[in-house]
Amino acid sequence: MTTASDLLVLDALHVAIAGRTIVSGLDLTVRRGRITALVGESGSGKSISALSTIGLQPAGAEVRGSARLDGEELVGLAPGPLRQVRAHRVGTVFQEPGQSLSPVMKVSAAFRDVLAVREDLRGAARVRERTRELLASVGLPDPDRTAASYPHELSGGEMQRVVIALALSGDPDLLIADEPTTALDVTVQRGILELLRRIVEERAVGVLLITHDMGVVGEIADEVVVLKDGAVVETGSVREVLGNASAPYTRELLTAVPRLAEALEHASAADGAAEEGEPVVRVEGLSVEYRRRGGAHRALDGVGMEIRPGQIHGLVGESGSGKSTWGKALAGLVPVEASTLELGGVDPRTLGRAARRAAYAQVGMVFQNPASSLNPRRTVGWSVAEPLQLEGTTSRADAARRVAAALEQVRLPASYTRRLPHELSGGQRQRVSIARALIRRPSLLVADEPTSALDVTIQAHVIEVLREAIEEARFACVFISHDLAVVGSLADHVTVLRAGRAVEQGTAREVLGSPQHEYTRALLASIPDPERRLSPR
Amino acid sequence: MIPALQRVARSLGVLLVVLALTYAIFYLAPIDPALRMCGKPCSPEDLEAARGFMGFDRPWWAQLGSFLAALVVGRTYGSGDVLVHCAAPCLGYSFQYHQDVTTLIGERFPVTVSVAIGAVVLQSALGIAAGALAARRQGGILDRVVTAVSVISASAPAFVVGLLAVVVVALRLGLLPSGGYENLADGPGPWALHLILPWATLAFLNGAVYARLVRSSMIEQLGLDYARTARAAGLPERRIDRYALRNLALPLTTLVALDLGALLGGTVITERIFGLPGLGALLLDATSTADLPVIVGTTFVGSLLIVLANLAADLARPLLDRRLAVGGRRPATPTTQETSS
Repeated sequence: MTTASDLLVLDALHVAIAGRTIVSGLDLTVRRGRITALVGESGSGKSISALSTIGLQPAGAEVRGSARLDGEELVGLAPGPLRQVRAHRVGTVFQEPGQSLSPVMKVSAAFRDVLAVREDLRGAARVRERTRELLASVGLPDPDRTAASYPHELSGGEMQRVVIALALSGDPDLLIADEPTTALDVTVQRGILELLRRIVEERAVGVLLITHDMGVVGEIADEVVVLKDGAVVETGSVREVLGNASAPYTRELLTAVPRLAEALEHASAADGAAEEGEPVVRVEGLSVEYRRRGGAHRALDGVGMEIRPGQIHGLVGESGSGKSTWGKALAGLVPVEASTLELGGVDPRTLGRAARRAAYAQVGMVFQNPASSLNPRRTVGWSVAEPLQLEGTTSRADAARRVAAALEQVRLPASYTRRLPHELSGGQRQRVSIARALIRRPSLLVADEPTSALDVTIQAHVIEVLREAIEEARFACVFISHDLAVVGSLADHVTVLRAGRAVEQGTAREVLGSPQHEYTRALLASIPDPERRLSPR
Repeated sequence: MIPALQRVARSLGVLLVVLALTYAIFYLAPIDPALRMCGKPCSPEDLEAARGFMGFDRPWWAQLGSFLAALVVGRTYGSGDVLVHCAAPCLGYSFQYHQDVTTLIGERFPVTVSVAIGAVVLQSALGIAAGALAARRQGGILDRVVTAVSVISASAPAFVVGLLAVVVVALRLGLLPSGGYENLADGPGPWALHLILPWATLAFLNGAVYARLVRSSMIEQLGLDYARTARAAGLPERRIDRYALRNLALPLTTLVALDLGALLGGTVITERIFGLPGLGALLLDATSTADLPVIVGTTFVGSLLIVLANLAADLARPLLDRRLAVGGRRPATPTTQETSS
């Protein structure tokens, strides 16, 4: 079945580590001038498959089957020739652009070393010229400034363009992009995806795109391979797979993608919900300034909000917009300036030490990474009960009852109290974090990107759990996210933040349905949509 | 520039504290330097006179003040017709050597410098090489050998290693002189020959720290994203090793500076074993004869060198890692232009 345009052909690729099969029988074809997406959730074996084809599998991994690049077998190739393949025929882009280059070297030094190997290019003037050419080709407006920068001086989007430029050196046939936009803001992601598409069209390279995001697949992929637990569940063109998925798992993945249309539907239904009860939070003119070397940085600048019991207020913005700072300000974790700051009708700043602590104790918090926010050596029961223990007024039996109740709120069986965090999945851990935040029956829950580290199918479930808990216990919630669709599917009110200022604020229906600000519109347009290219224009 | 000034000011503060502590300790100790000068028989009047002559009759903080003043303007001991002058920078006057401490230290300093610099060069070179090789062959024979040797050397006492070296290499095999010092001015050959054993002893004792630091940090660095990116770009492993080592420059510089500072202050045991007339030997002799000015002077110079080494390492940090630099460029906050591209 191999045709002339077939660039990379994986045939029954097996990868095992320490006797445990990670990938079992992966078949996949990347064609010239085409993008093949390898899709799966975390742990599905998608990254290790790609790394194994170019000899970068972890030490001790056993690779079997076949991976042919332009007819040449790569599996079993000696390290030396494999390095030559990587140097001259393959370019690679990874997830974290900020960590893709050595932090103590200028970008130009990375190009010097890479060009020496990949293009056999030496001599300062020629290297500088070629660096400039490559950096300009990935849409960096000032290549000389970029080349003279250290990695920490560049933004995530700029760094990812630098890494792509490095990958394009030596004019490779194959580009492997492993979650190239996952760590980036949506508006930046859009630019990178467009760049990848342009590279494919102009250079006729083949791209193996690894992603968990069906939206990204829908935006740029041509062929799709869906991987689950190391096995292929579906293969086909993007039109077939996204438009008419045959495998149940693919359909599950697709329905789990948060969609703006659904979010809007929910928002319209939620709109008009009675504004009852006294506001749990009332903030006006809230500013937060961080002092750092070389001057102060205003992370939040004169923002305000009002949330009533049972309401969810979504804070949306890209990295650095001040959304997390806002959450911390509500929990009393950063020094604030505000003309009004009331929690349950009282300004905590006017209270004495003990009373202030008690006031802020009504605020529960859930953070992004469930793996690092639970003590790995303590049982779930201990972690959930910790806030009560700190309070010190609850009896042991009472605490056990409340732990069970809190776990019940997040739909976890009471038997989980004796488990350790590593025995739970990511989604379960995050539900434990939510249970811990709820155990003191807070009047306000601040959830800071609670689902961003989770796979889409799990994200959908955690959001459902959170929504039910709010409906049941009627507490107010601040839901912080970079993802407009997620916020829209949950929140009653939305604030769009940018560089510390609220550019738009209103009910979810207003903000998402008829955005007034240009930035909100740009954000909305940047959300990757699996169906965008499927529907006729 | 302000943080640099702050660091300098902090270093001066540390020096003052060390000096004050030294004075306080010896003021509390039951020794009276004047007793030796007074001779036998010593009447209470003579003792008082000796104390006054040496400047030991005043409270310790007043003596500390004179010591500091003497650093700048010099000092004259005694009264009337018996006068001893000590020119600035005066670190005190030893009435046992009948010499000012500055000269005493100045005479011995070249010995200590020779020992310290050679030892630091040798121990960092050996330690870094051993650590890097062990990291590369993690779990292999070489790694195990390096780990085993570093455990032994880190736990071995200096006098055992030094004596063993003297007995085996110098006395039994007769390969090298067993001790003593030759001036560098008299030719580098004899100078180096006499220093090989002290250098090797110190390098063996201190090199383990380098090997362990480099081994564990290298393993960590080689697992980072940038190493994977470099590998995926087809760079040879040796180049990636260099990237990793370059990222270790910061902790290694701190370590080298600390070691250099400590060794320049004098190595008491090593100098004694190899019969080297350095600062350490001077301090040891002064302690046994209760020569207070020499003790204070050597301690002061030793702490000065450690503080200076620390200061140099501190000031070098932003040069080695630009992320620590003040006022460095930061990513531009997103602009409309970027979002619409």
